[in-house]
Amino acid sequence: MKRIIFVFLACLALQKMYAQDSTLLNLLNDSMSAHKGKSYVTGTFKATHVVNMQTVETIADGALSFVIQHRFGQLNSGSYNFFGLDNATLRLGLDYGITDRLTVGIGRSSYLKTFDGFLKYKLLRQTEGPQMPVTVTVLGTVTDYTQKIPGSDFLDTKYRTAFTAQALIARKFNSNLSFQVTPTYLHYNLAPTSNDKNDVFALGMGGRMKITKRMSINAEYNYLPSNQVVSATVHDSWSLGWDIETGGHVFQLVFSNSQSMLETQYITGTTGTWGKGDIYFGFNISRNFNLKKKRSEAK
Amino acid sequence: MKKVLLAICLIIVVPIAGFSQLYMTRTGFVGFYSKTPLEDIRAENNQAYAVIDAGKKNIAFSVLMKGFVFRKELMQEHFNENYVESDKYPKATFTGSYTGELTPTKDGVYKVTVKGNISLHNVTRPVEAPATLEVKDGRILGQSEFKLKPEDFNISIPSLVRDKIEKEMKVNVKIDCSTSK
Repeated sequence: MKRIIFVFLACLALQKMYAQDSTLLNLLNDSMSAHKGKSYVTGTFKATHVVNMQTVETIADGALSFVIQHRFGQLNSGSYNFFGLDNATLRLGLDYGITDRLTVGIGRSSYLKTFDGFLKYKLLRQTEGPQMPVTVTVLGTVTDYTQKIPGSDFLDTKYRTAFTAQALIARKFNSNLSFQVTPTYLHYNLAPTSNDKNDVFALGMGGRMKITKRMSINAEYNYLPSNQVVSATVHDSWSLGWDIETGGHVFQLVFSNSQSMLETQYITGTTGTWGKGDIYFGFNISRNFNLKKKRSEAK
Repeated sequence: MKKVLLAICLIIVVPIAGFSQLYMTRTGFVGFYSKTPLEDIRAENNQAYAVIDAGKKNIAFSVLMKGFVFRKELMQEHFNENYVESDKYPKATFTGSYTGELTPTKDGVYKVTVKGNISLHNVTRPVEAPATLEVKDGRILGQSEFKLKPEDFNISIPSLVRDKIEKEMKVNVKIDCSTSK
């Protein structure tokens, strides 16, 4: 008899426990954290370039990004040249996302009339949990300059070609701050003199700090260890940028002591310094087009 | 005597116990849509968590913002980074109740009104929407459609893209809840 009443009361008590609103939500949230899957960090950088250095970001599957990179002349070239605005160096590029992680790109730069191509693959993706702390993208670039140099007919395509291999390693520390280090290997089929190295190693570093939801300040530094390029006086490349994002565009205002925008040229060929005012003002603009209508849901 | 008492107890308890069973899903659907001449936005999430307490007539939802898949990847990134700020506010939730008589033991379609509070982007607002609940083979299927204004949830839209996004988003919800967890 007592037992029956106990069971009866226990049943009633159990029902009371179920019924509340917040309990339902707690139940959902408990279940959610129990079934939590891996989720990846997105938007480490807004654009595919910090300033000159490529970021870990790849183009989405089926999307085409049209990139215009533009640098005026040196700031210290005087009022006659309107502080550099009379001159310009331009790179036009097209980047296409073969998959969400693999991007192929081509470009043409007015500096030494250079053609370039690259392949970029996102090898590892930073997760929100502790599983993977960084995003790692590998980048292979080839450049070929076609500028005619009088008296240098022996310079055929092979001699004019150079390669870059980079490991882009980035971490988004929080929604505002991201940092990237970029170990770089460069190979020149022809070095300017026999004292210069054909194989050059460098280390790039870059970061961004968001100042509003749609703007960020970027900085980039490319360290070139000495005794690799000796026939010319070259300096490390320093750049500052200001990203402004509006819908499908990213607009970057940049200042750099490098004129070229290609790895094989700005890492080993930056002759100017910030201190003397050899600063190139310019901008990068990218516009995204979606060529594929449907996206697969699988991530 | 004992048997009679037991029977009485069972008669009282069992229907309530049956009633109070929770119907749950982890694969609910929530989608929102905006259509303007400039831009067509579709975002769909197939990992919504929902639970219905058929006894108390309570209902709750919890949805991860990062689970919304957009047609354009860039839109998805902007949605998470700039609009709903998924890093800071990862979930949208709803708790509320529904009106209307629903017998979970009997198959049928019931028109109900769902009323409660929706929390999104750290803002909680009351909502009310007509919904359909269907009892079928011991499951409860739910469906609803309503509208939400981004500005109501403190989601600011820059004037440059304001014309590309409808003032009111159409929201679609579809769930198929069962008692097995």
